[in-house]
Amino acid sequence: MTSKGHIVGYGLFISVWACLLVLTGITIWVAGLHLGNFSTFAAMLIATLKASLVLWFFMHLKYEPPVFKVMALATIATLTVIVLMTFTDIWFR
Amino acid sequence: MGAKFGMWLFLFTEVLLFGGMFLLYSVFRSRFPLDFHKGAEELNLTLGTVNTVVLLTSSLSMAVAITAMQKGAARLSLCMQGTTVVLAGAFLVNKYFEWTAKISHGIYPGSEHMANLPHGEILFYSLYYVMTGLHGLHVIIGLIVIVFMMRFTLNGAVNQGDYIKLENSGLYWHLVDLVWIYLFPLFYLIT
Repeated sequence: MTSKGHIVGYGLFISVWACLLVLTGITIWVAGLHLGNFSTFAAMLIATLKASLVLWFFMHLKYEPPVFKVMALATIATLTVIVLMTFTDIWFR
Repeated sequence: MGAKFGMWLFLFTEVLLFGGMFLLYSVFRSRFPLDFHKGAEELNLTLGTVNTVVLLTSSLSMAVAITAMQKGAARLSLCMQGTTVVLAGAFLVNKYFEWTAKISHGIYPGSEHMANLPHGEILFYSLYYVMTGLHGLHVIIGLIVIVFMMRFTLNGAVNQGDYIKLENSGLYWHLVDLVWIYLFPLFYLIT
């Protein structure tokens, strides 16, 4: 089977990598500020931003056909539903 | 296309596997916030940060290895795959030192010291070992897979016209990175 995929330039990958390192620095800095509950929220927000960068560029999701993107969203949605249902149970038990 | 579709499906099952563990973690953390905070302070933030940088960089080298193969630069691709393997090895060496330090302090599942800790801290360390352990197992598998890809690159089974094996290995490797992106703040950065 021959695979004819979109070729991503080295420069773009290096920029994405630099962004990931900067975001890692930011998440450590924010954790040191001791913001209480907001701390966890900020950490998860930054982690999700980093994960999106990896998915979108390093994993070429940006250049895949729509069905791959839909599947990825379905997975994230499934996980979100499971987490929400569990926490609804924990909080209102 | 079909091979890549299958790989993505497999990765989604992996996401749900780790997702279940993250769910367990968040439920226990919401129940024992102070114990989790105490446990996290015991972890080595420097080693955790170094390993984050190592894994992010290994993801870059793997992505570059695929671009190089697409452009027909098999030699560069091989070098980048080799870099990824070395970085994966470095990650595991760091993890080894981190775990042995914890174990020498008597913190390991089933130890007498751990049995006497508060309930939440026992849960924290148990989840720490299971989750970073399962992640470490993925690093080992990824490392072995990429070594095979280097072999395939050398003997021409992976080439400019057919590099789907390399692409799928790359996808697996990036998943390992994705999981670590969440493990790092959840275990090392709780405040």
